[in-house]
Amino acid sequence: MVNKNARATNPLLGQDHWNIQLDKNGRLKHFLTIEGLGSDILNEILDTAENFTSVNKRVVKKVPLLRGKTITNLFFEASTRTRTTFELAAKRLSADVLNINISTSAATKGESLLDTLYNLQAMQTDMFVIRHQDSGAAHFAARHVAPYISVLNAGDGRHAHPTQAMLDMLTIRQKKGHDFSALRVAIVGDILHSRVARSQIHALNTLNTGEIRVVAPRTLLPADIEKLGVKVHYSLQQGIQDADVVIMLRLQKERMQGAMLPSELEYYQQYGLSRETLKYAKPDAIVMHPGPINRGVEIESSVADGPQSVILDQVSNGIAVRMAVMSMTLGTSAQQTGEDK
Amino acid sequence: MSLSNALIIKQGRVIDPANELDAVKDIYIKNGHIIAIDDHISADKAGDAQQIDASGLIVIPGVIDLCARMREPGLEHKATIKSETIAASKAGITTLCCPPDTDPVIDESAVVDLINQRVKDAAHSHIVCLGALTSGLKGEHLSEMAALKNAGCVGVSNASMPITNTLVLRRALEYASSHDLTVFLQPNDPHLSDHGCAHDGAVATRLGLPGIPSAAESTIIARDLELIAEIGARVHFGRLSSARSIRLIEQAQQQGLQVTADVAVHQLFLTEMDLSSYNSHCHVLPPLRELRDRDTLRQAIADGFIQAICSDHQPHEEDAKLHPFPATEPGISGLETLLPLTLKLVTEGVLSWSQAIASLTSAPARILGIDKGHLSTGAVADLAIIDPDKDWTLETANINSLAKNTPFLGWNFEHQVKHTIISGRLIK
Repeated sequence: MVNKNARATNPLLGQDHWNIQLDKNGRLKHFLTIEGLGSDILNEILDTAENFTSVNKRVVKKVPLLRGKTITNLFFEASTRTRTTFELAAKRLSADVLNINISTSAATKGESLLDTLYNLQAMQTDMFVIRHQDSGAAHFAARHVAPYISVLNAGDGRHAHPTQAMLDMLTIRQKKGHDFSALRVAIVGDILHSRVARSQIHALNTLNTGEIRVVAPRTLLPADIEKLGVKVHYSLQQGIQDADVVIMLRLQKERMQGAMLPSELEYYQQYGLSRETLKYAKPDAIVMHPGPINRGVEIESSVADGPQSVILDQVSNGIAVRMAVMSMTLGTSAQQTGEDK
Repeated sequence: MSLSNALIIKQGRVIDPANELDAVKDIYIKNGHIIAIDDHISADKAGDAQQIDASGLIVIPGVIDLCARMREPGLEHKATIKSETIAASKAGITTLCCPPDTDPVIDESAVVDLINQRVKDAAHSHIVCLGALTSGLKGEHLSEMAALKNAGCVGVSNASMPITNTLVLRRALEYASSHDLTVFLQPNDPHLSDHGCAHDGAVATRLGLPGIPSAAESTIIARDLELIAEIGARVHFGRLSSARSIRLIEQAQQQGLQVTADVAVHQLFLTEMDLSSYNSHCHVLPPLRELRDRDTLRQAIADGFIQAICSDHQPHEEDAKLHPFPATEPGISGLETLLPLTLKLVTEGVLSWSQAIASLTSAPARILGIDKGHLSTGAVADLAIIDPDKDWTLETANINSLAKNTPFLGWNFEHQVKHTIISGRLIK
């Protein structure tokens, strides 16, 4: 490559985009993407989350770990489940929580993301939990906020949804054990637009999963997806053949209007998970879905509610995983001080 | 500046591809024109001309930038004719070609007159304009091309706006060729681009950025070439980015079509990999593509299928890049790096000196149909003098453009513009 030495002096060029997640001691400072994190950190998240699941089963579901900290949920996209579980996680860690509802916020009046962040930062926030429609938004925030603030990515565009991926890994670990190398995992549906799928693929690869497959028609697959370390299948039956884990993705209705698919009916016939098609997977396969479910579009109700479904386990684990990530990131930054930007 | 209105450039290595010249010469300039080029021009002939000692330096025709936006009129908060022509003149660029996507669009002669007036008042370098190919660049109605030509436009273009209606394009090509106008096209299928912001490949997939496939460019070139083959229009394709596009251009040229092409210099150095940190300074359209595309573009210049290299200068205010990547405005402030990056290709052995200089001078002049880009006796004295052995680093502080949006901050260069002479005036 050209002029390598020159690049090294540039703070942006040549720097991989995940590096800002770690502090100088290699501890998690922000949680923006799974990519670039080692299995040690992922397992630490899972182990910590496992401990918190017991807190969540107690009568008094609260620990004082983040007492006095302020966590701001900044959601630029509609969300019920994710925002609620982030809020619950923060409250169970005894943090103060600020929910910013973007439909009534300054963003609709033309305030930029950066101005919104700076204003909230001035209110002494310790952590931003951000969901935004643009890929890279969480990185952008992490790069611009004051050094003592942690940023958690609650979903950015098509890029990443790392806490969702980790709660999925926790669910798989609980059901299938700690050794992922024997597992065959199939992710089915709209991979192209899915930040969940991308984060799951990185997490599964980092945890040394035996085989990862993506299953979709080519219109719903991004370019060169196999370079992320997956096998591509266009047929549901072949794609979930002998799978241990079947992850169904939500199909947004607007994909029909974009002429990516001929019809809901044909999609369901070809890629919908029914009791019949589930028989191609292993008999003890678990069925997962990040929610919200489109019953009768990507999954049959009897499968979603059936014995192999672990969808509600995923929701419960969501709180524990978010508690784990919040305590780990704020735990490291708690000793650090920094000047406001 | 010389009081005598005369300059003599002593003993520089003169590289003038148009005249197939590469030799140490003296150049005598008076009243804005080149009077003499010779091995030695004696002091008594030169009279009281100001002397520039160019020994060890390289003297070239002034650079002609095929695509540079001044942002004036309409977006003066980004840049102005004055600010950008000052930057250009200090970077060895003596003529800038301005695409018609100003506000208002250059689609009637009154706008050309307005720009010419502002150029006369404020410009520090020559500026030529392209007129709009269609009214308002909307791709629906032909513009008054003859009037635009009479007002001074050197060609017509739809800038980066697509013409999706092939019949409109056919008529526009026919009408332009009736008036002996070159049509400047930047090929892009907006349906395939689909609001993308990165090359549709592994990096965009990893970063979750909406992708623009190479075919968004090449399918339109294939369409346009079929029309050109039938009509016989003279067309220049600008800012090419993909290897497949180059193959099509190559075939068309071999078939004898009057087709030329340019590439933005950043496409010769950056690839999709440079987006890895969501660096919004690498957000450009067409997007940075794969390494093999970059290498094909480089080779195509050496082989002569791409004739010219331009800056595709797009100055932005700082805020334009301070958003998450997809929400940032595309483009690089590129005037200052056009010449140094192109000469890096000489250092790397991609181009010869003559090829590199031709791609910045004689080739763009020929494409624009203007009598510039050469150092013949009697020509307007537009020159740049380069120190070929001067290490320097691009920093915000040494960018003269009003806009600092460049991914090349921190890059080291070994060629530096020492002097620029525009119409016989020593600018730097």
